[in-house]
Amino acid sequence: MFRSLLFIPSNNPSMIQNADIFSADGIIFDLEDSVDISEKDNARNLLMNYLNEGTNYPSLIVLRINPVETEFFLNDLELLKTQKINYVLLPKADIESLKILDRHLSTYEEKYKLDKIKVIVLTETTNSIIEIDQIAKHKRVEGILLGAEDLCNELEINRTNEGNEILFARSKVIYACTANNIIAIDTPNTSIDNEELLKKDCLNAKNLGMKAKSAIHPNQLEIINDIFSPSKDEIDWAIKVIKEKEKNLSKGAFSVDGKMIDKPLLMKADKIINKAKLYHLI
Amino acid sequence: MINGINRFIPDNLKPFKTNNSYLDMKRTLINKKEKQFETVFLNNIESAFDYFNIKSNQCLSFHHHLRNGDNVLQQVSEVVKRRDLRNMHFAPSSIFPSYTNLADLILNGNVTDIHTNYLNGKVAEVIGQGYLKGKLIMNTHGGRARAIESGDLKIDVAFLACPTVDKFGNGTGAFGPSACGTLGYAISDLEYAKKVILVTDNLVDKLDEYQFDGAYVDAVIVVDSIGNSEGIVSGTTKLTKDPIGLKIAKDCANVINQLGLIKNNFSMQTGAGKISLAVVKYIQDIMNQKNITGSFASGGITKSYVDMLNKGLFKELYDVQCFDLDAVKSYHLNKNHKAMSASKYGNPFEKNPICNRLSFVILGATEIDLDFNVNVTTDSWGNIIGGSGGHADVAHGADVTVIISPLFKSRIPIIKDKVITVTTPGNDIDILVTERGIAVNPERKDILKTLENSGLPIYTIKELYNLAHSITGIPAKIKHSDEIIGYVEYRDGTYIDCIYKVI
Amino acid sequence: MKIGTAGSKESNDCFITVKESDKTEITIESIVAAFFYDQIKETIENTLKELDVKNVIVVVEDKGALDYTIKSRLISAIKRMN
Repeated sequence: MFRSLLFIPSNNPSMIQNADIFSADGIIFDLEDSVDISEKDNARNLLMNYLNEGTNYPSLIVLRINPVETEFFLNDLELLKTQKINYVLLPKADIESLKILDRHLSTYEEKYKLDKIKVIVLTETTNSIIEIDQIAKHKRVEGILLGAEDLCNELEINRTNEGNEILFARSKVIYACTANNIIAIDTPNTSIDNEELLKKDCLNAKNLGMKAKSAIHPNQLEIINDIFSPSKDEIDWAIKVIKEKEKNLSKGAFSVDGKMIDKPLLMKADKIINKAKLYHLI
Repeated sequence: MINGINRFIPDNLKPFKTNNSYLDMKRTLINKKEKQFETVFLNNIESAFDYFNIKSNQCLSFHHHLRNGDNVLQQVSEVVKRRDLRNMHFAPSSIFPSYTNLADLILNGNVTDIHTNYLNGKVAEVIGQGYLKGKLIMNTHGGRARAIESGDLKIDVAFLACPTVDKFGNGTGAFGPSACGTLGYAISDLEYAKKVILVTDNLVDKLDEYQFDGAYVDAVIVVDSIGNSEGIVSGTTKLTKDPIGLKIAKDCANVINQLGLIKNNFSMQTGAGKISLAVVKYIQDIMNQKNITGSFASGGITKSYVDMLNKGLFKELYDVQCFDLDAVKSYHLNKNHKAMSASKYGNPFEKNPICNRLSFVILGATEIDLDFNVNVTTDSWGNIIGGSGGHADVAHGADVTVIISPLFKSRIPIIKDKVITVTTPGNDIDILVTERGIAVNPERKDILKTLENSGLPIYTIKELYNLAHSITGIPAKIKHSDEIIGYVEYRDGTYIDCIYKVI
Repeated sequence: MKIGTAGSKESNDCFITVKESDKTEITIESIVAAFFYDQIKETIENTLKELDVKNVIVVVEDKGALDYTIKSRLISAIKRMN
């Protein structure tokens, strides 16, 4: 479970050495779009040596590899040998590339005796959105990250602050993820200095059902973490519910604030408490 | 001999004992200046040299309120060079990179001794290379006031830049084409120098309010320009956007908050660095959330504090120098933005200096050691890059002193076994906040107790030291030469450390 | 003549040039030489040994890079040289 994932270009030593102290719940070490083609080897080496010999790591590490059809794909997977990667992020994903990745990952797992390698899919094409239900059902997929910039380029439309143009895509991702119990991660917001715009965008995404958001700059993390955390009111309510439940163990049903607490609400309260504990909010 | 903080001090100098030794000392005061003749008005700096018979071996003093835009010290230096005066003692309260003429005077042997509180630029390089034939003494702002009032630093002529002067010799920095705000560092010079000369580019008929009392002023020189008020902006008044700096700032504000220091009528001071400004912003947010009004903020004043004064977050500002033009304007127009002299700010012998009234202060450091001693005088290689300024004064006076710094900069850890130069003794330093953890001086058991269950990442300073090394590797120790090029005078007049030539 | 370069002169990075030669020569220019010269040299030497690379001129322009950064830039430079 996480609220925020921060993209870090893997060829940048300054950012890599601080990766463990940014307040993101997870770090995406990027080998794809933020690394120049002529530097792919350099970035890979830096990341490999950092993961093997560095001393301080983020608690959750995601690796964005290059697309499966590129010459870099297989070399990127070598990083799995470090045993420090929690998720592979597959860009330009569709069901075909996901199957190819799946096959290679299985080979890796066997060859190097690795635990099951988990995948987050970056859905950034119309095709990907159309296939989203199949993708979400795939056994390896534990999350879907929406890439709205590329998607809008393909559609030849502009990204706006209100986000109406990506409502459909967001909803597809959210429904597919929720139905398959995997995590829906929202597209990054490109405004670094405008806190108001970022807040609005995050609230929009959260209110539709997104559970997390990716960030492209560390200064976005405070707002993202705040909005995707359970609110103080929610936490207070959940604590009340758990307390009441403990008082009413023999009875089946009970009420809090005048409302009946049935099984779904009980589960909601549990989820909130778990999240609150995970994010050190209580 | 080895002094109270384990540093070598030559036998002929009074060694530092403790940061509280001044409590057992008596305040020494020479007589304040008594002017004998009416204030004379002169046309140029050179004529002042004739009029007052300024000659070799004398001590000239200056203030640094125009910072890097100052032209008075430059112009006086030119005259000294032209007249080839030798073995002069210059005592500017600080020395900035733009004071290049002074570097020439040192190389030429015109100036052989310097007494200052902050030193940077060409002059620092030249002194660092050993060209100053006499002594360099680096003092604190409060300590310089003490040195002047006690006669330890005897000033023959004080050349005081003054943005606006009236026909009675009264002066103010509040307005004028070269306005620089309060002139706090110059007050001791004004009151105790043998001769006092105001240098201005704005002569008016009568000032209703003034900071320099004409009763002390022997002469006024009107020149074309005393400097440029845009030079006051020292380049550090924009708050940091660097995520690491912001994290340090946030954690620092958090610590202060957890210690319960942000409550009605609290007082604070911060340095003017980028990270310090971010701390001020986070503290402001907390004050707004909790509806707190502070009594005062002090020190070098920036726009951030002026805004807080205007919003009613502080009742008063005590200003010893204006760091930007917004501060200058506020000082001019707002009665609650008050000047304070260097003495009232940090002189340990003042009855209740402002620094003693601080709830907390946030400061920087180039180095800090395992005993919490702090260096702001030299960099990690031993080159002179600054000086105490008010550091040692406020660190002693404030109830809680916090140092903020990245744990390492360009691979060099900030925590050392021993700092190269001790500026502020460890007993006055309470907390170190870095992006990877917070260390509390073990002497402050009260702080340790309060922060016990705060959820903050508290480590011992040794643990942070080791953490840094695990990331950067263990740095080799810098060897310094035995050649002494300067002395660090503590605020009570004793000597806390020497500055050595870098190999 | 075979040359490989990797890295940059940005803060916390280093720029490494490797050239084929008749013997091994290491030149290090670092902003933190006073503190870490020996350590940087050791990292270069160890990495060359690990890769069994001999007879190269290595020039390092360092801006405060950590050990793993220096090692990885060297590895990239060597691979690019070949």
